[in-house]
Amino acid sequence: MNKVNDFVIKFANVNGSGSASANMIFAKSIFRMGIPVSPKNIFPSNIQGLPTWYEIRVNKDGYIARREGIDCLVALNPQTYQSDIKDVVPGGYLIYDNTMPRKFGRKDVNIVGIPMASICAEYYDDPRQRQLFKNIVCLGALSILLKMDISIIKGLIKEEFQKKPKLIEPNIHALNLGRKYALEDLKDDFNLSLKTMRPKSKKIMIQGNEAAGLGCIYGGATVASWYPITPSTSLAEAFQKYLNKFRSDSDGKIKGAVIQAEDELAAIGIAIGANWNGARAFTTTSGPGISLMSEFLGLAYFAEIPLVVFNIQRGGPSTGMPTRTQQSDIISSAFASHGDTKHILLFPGDPKECFEMSARAFDISERLQTPVIVMSDLDMGMNDWIVDPLEWDEKYKYDRGKVLKAKELDELEMWGRYLDIDGDGVPYRTIPGTHESKGAFFTRGTSHDAFAGYTEDGRINADNLTRIAKKFDKSSRYLPRSIKRGSKNNTELGIIYFGSTSPAVDEAVDVLKDKGFSFDRLRIRSFPFDRKLERFIDDHKYVFILEQNRDAQMRAMIATELEKDFSKLQSILNFDGNPVTADFIVEEFIGRVKEDESLSRLIKKTKSAA
Amino acid sequence: MSFIKKPIVRHPNLPKNNLGLTRRDYEGALSTLCAGCGHDSISSAIIEACFQLSIPAHRLAKLSGIGCSSKTPTYFLNKSHGFNSVHGRMPSVATGANLANRDLFYLGVSGDGDTASIGLGQFCHIVRRRLNMVYIVENNGTYGLTKGQFSATNDKESKGRKGEENKFESIDLAALAIQMGAGFVARSFSGDKDQLIPLIRAGMSYKGFSFIDVISPCVTFNNHGTSTKSYEYFREHNEALGFLDILPEHQEIKIDYKEGSSMEVEVHDGSKMILHKLSKRYDPSSRRNAISRITDSRDKGEIVTGLLYLDQNEKDIHDSLQTSIKPFNSLTQKELSPGTRAINEINRSFS
Repeated sequence: MNKVNDFVIKFANVNGSGSASANMIFAKSIFRMGIPVSPKNIFPSNIQGLPTWYEIRVNKDGYIARREGIDCLVALNPQTYQSDIKDVVPGGYLIYDNTMPRKFGRKDVNIVGIPMASICAEYYDDPRQRQLFKNIVCLGALSILLKMDISIIKGLIKEEFQKKPKLIEPNIHALNLGRKYALEDLKDDFNLSLKTMRPKSKKIMIQGNEAAGLGCIYGGATVASWYPITPSTSLAEAFQKYLNKFRSDSDGKIKGAVIQAEDELAAIGIAIGANWNGARAFTTTSGPGISLMSEFLGLAYFAEIPLVVFNIQRGGPSTGMPTRTQQSDIISSAFASHGDTKHILLFPGDPKECFEMSARAFDISERLQTPVIVMSDLDMGMNDWIVDPLEWDEKYKYDRGKVLKAKELDELEMWGRYLDIDGDGVPYRTIPGTHESKGAFFTRGTSHDAFAGYTEDGRINADNLTRIAKKFDKSSRYLPRSIKRGSKNNTELGIIYFGSTSPAVDEAVDVLKDKGFSFDRLRIRSFPFDRKLERFIDDHKYVFILEQNRDAQMRAMIATELEKDFSKLQSILNFDGNPVTADFIVEEFIGRVKEDESLSRLIKKTKSAA
Repeated sequence: MSFIKKPIVRHPNLPKNNLGLTRRDYEGALSTLCAGCGHDSISSAIIEACFQLSIPAHRLAKLSGIGCSSKTPTYFLNKSHGFNSVHGRMPSVATGANLANRDLFYLGVSGDGDTASIGLGQFCHIVRRRLNMVYIVENNGTYGLTKGQFSATNDKESKGRKGEENKFESIDLAALAIQMGAGFVARSFSGDKDQLIPLIRAGMSYKGFSFIDVISPCVTFNNHGTSTKSYEYFREHNEALGFLDILPEHQEIKIDYKEGSSMEVEVHDGSKMILHKLSKRYDPSSRRNAISRITDSRDKGEIVTGLLYLDQNEKDIHDSLQTSIKPFNSLTQKELSPGTRAINEINRSFS
């Protein structure tokens, strides 16, 4: 059976061998052919020599979640031949470099040999080129097998090597060598193929970290301070790139600065100092960095200093699986630091929301004078996602919150940094240097009164803590709300999710619908939680919460914050470090139906009614 | 914690500076440190230096970490914004603040625990970045607020309050600052106003990182004979050096001695230390000389004071990073956001 625009192809590579750019060109060519595609990079914590995989799902119906089962494995790493062959579905393909022929021991898999090394040895003298061009020879052969649009591939090679034009011709030459071999020496019965599609709407292919770095530019951030950590590094790098591009003055001076700090403690300290002094500043990190930043997060919370922090979550616990994905810092981020502390969390669901929420995070943190943590993850942050084009409303104005200018201070007879004038818990702040005699105060982490004076009076401190809590209780109007998508049928089944699991949930809900189970779904986009989430839980008899961690952290937070019965909230948990698949969600649910009699009775009832 | 409010007394005949302000305009709240603490003398010196320079107080931000020294910004410049941050992390907060607005004066006050132990990493890196600020360490070799543990600037083999011995090498912050690339490095003594005030003034006028290590004896916890930050040490090294100024306990120690001379200072419990003031002939332009001068003095059991190193090539982090002349915190949305047209171009680059 021919599979057109619906299969999974996985490249098994050695990292540092030049495979990354060939893989990217392959995936982007499919995207440019108008076909929904979703590549996932599965890489080791290493520079050179260890196994790395690039898994690409092609799906004409637009499902971009990961999918189990490999239709074609391009095995370019002899180290992993044995495990790679196991992943291939019966009837699938394994393509390998048969310069050194070998047997794979599976009769139900089609083995395709392409002598990439010997082709390269014949045409190139330089050992490095022989290595690099193997990937391009392979790409050329694949373009024939899969019937790809060659002009698109050539165009992408030209773009990729725009800054090193000398490399364009040799790459195209290598590409043609692969094409020639496939045309002349391979059978024309490959049953996977790609066919150009006309997409319903215009899409872009972008990584979440790139989009978030750009969002910080649009959101007006001028100071970024960070310490290198996978998978958040590319966010700081994107910010730097766009800073140079969009904020350079004619004299070469730049309206912004990026500081690679000595550690995460300094990174967050710099961001706090800059925000305190009236600039918009952020830091970006991952779980271990949040641990290190915890003390400062408490200071910013208690001294009420705006601050934006990105947590690009990765595999845990501890330092964990740094190059794998998880959603396992929910609790540690929400309550990071000592004492009575909690933080606003934003949960973007795709790179487009990474862009929007990172810009908006600055408004929220300045409006509420508190840290805002944007909770992304490796899957969303470092993989290319197909999303709607980014949008920016020209009429939108930054919300800089309650900041007193010199003129306003002139008119004030009395001012207290922590006085709750408006009853919303949010006091008025001043920026150093504003007024010659008014508005100066001492920012401190120690207990203070409404006038920022030091106090050890327990009652005053308790009042202050209560007021700060009020900001959170009244924060929902500034936060992105949950998004509910109802099924057309009236159903008692609901699934709650957040972040990068959206594509898997969307697909799983469709699959389950075909099996007769209708689900309403709700995607959480911020913490503190909104009333929509509460109503969703109340409105459904069976509520499932999907998360990518072991201990069901979101479920625990929902149950405690909204005072819901734990037993009503069922968890679906994926924490092997790979992005969750629709199949996994479906199987988990079917398993619950078998286990839970009342659920199974309900299902039967619903099915018979339908 | 004292709850006594400082009385406001008007003296119409107080001298005024170029801004028409008196010293009173640069004062802060009443100090809650132990009576006679050297840190209070440093606060007075800061007040005097800012008064003399006619610095508009609201154009100065004072930052500190945690500890006795870090409490002191409350006791001076009450018209300035202050930031009492977390322990050892003032350098990072100062870095961010300075990046946000390059036009203010930044004064950091820290202690030896705050800078030489918990904040040593941040200290080294703020020096490397050449932040435009004055960074004062009020150095007493001990942890005061937690009642007298050794700090990393405490001398090896000196004894603690209960007779325990410090087994580890001490860190010389001035030498470290020179190695890390500070442009202005000085050392002084809390009671030597004639030396300290001009040093603070010079530091404030310098563009780049100005570091001043101020020896400031702890009247309560580091007052034993084997510490160079104690009075007893001074007494034991009482050779024919300068003059001896013995003060009753719990009074500020004030000293005055000439350039090129050494003097022994006796502190509250009667112990001593020897200060050597650099002569006018000393050339502070060489890093290597400065470090060997510090080491030589230390070997002799003296503490060398004065301007130790000065890089005449004034340069700060904004020069290195080529940041805009207009402070970041005054940039408008129009100057910051690339707008809708750019977004279309960006979308094209991802399609």
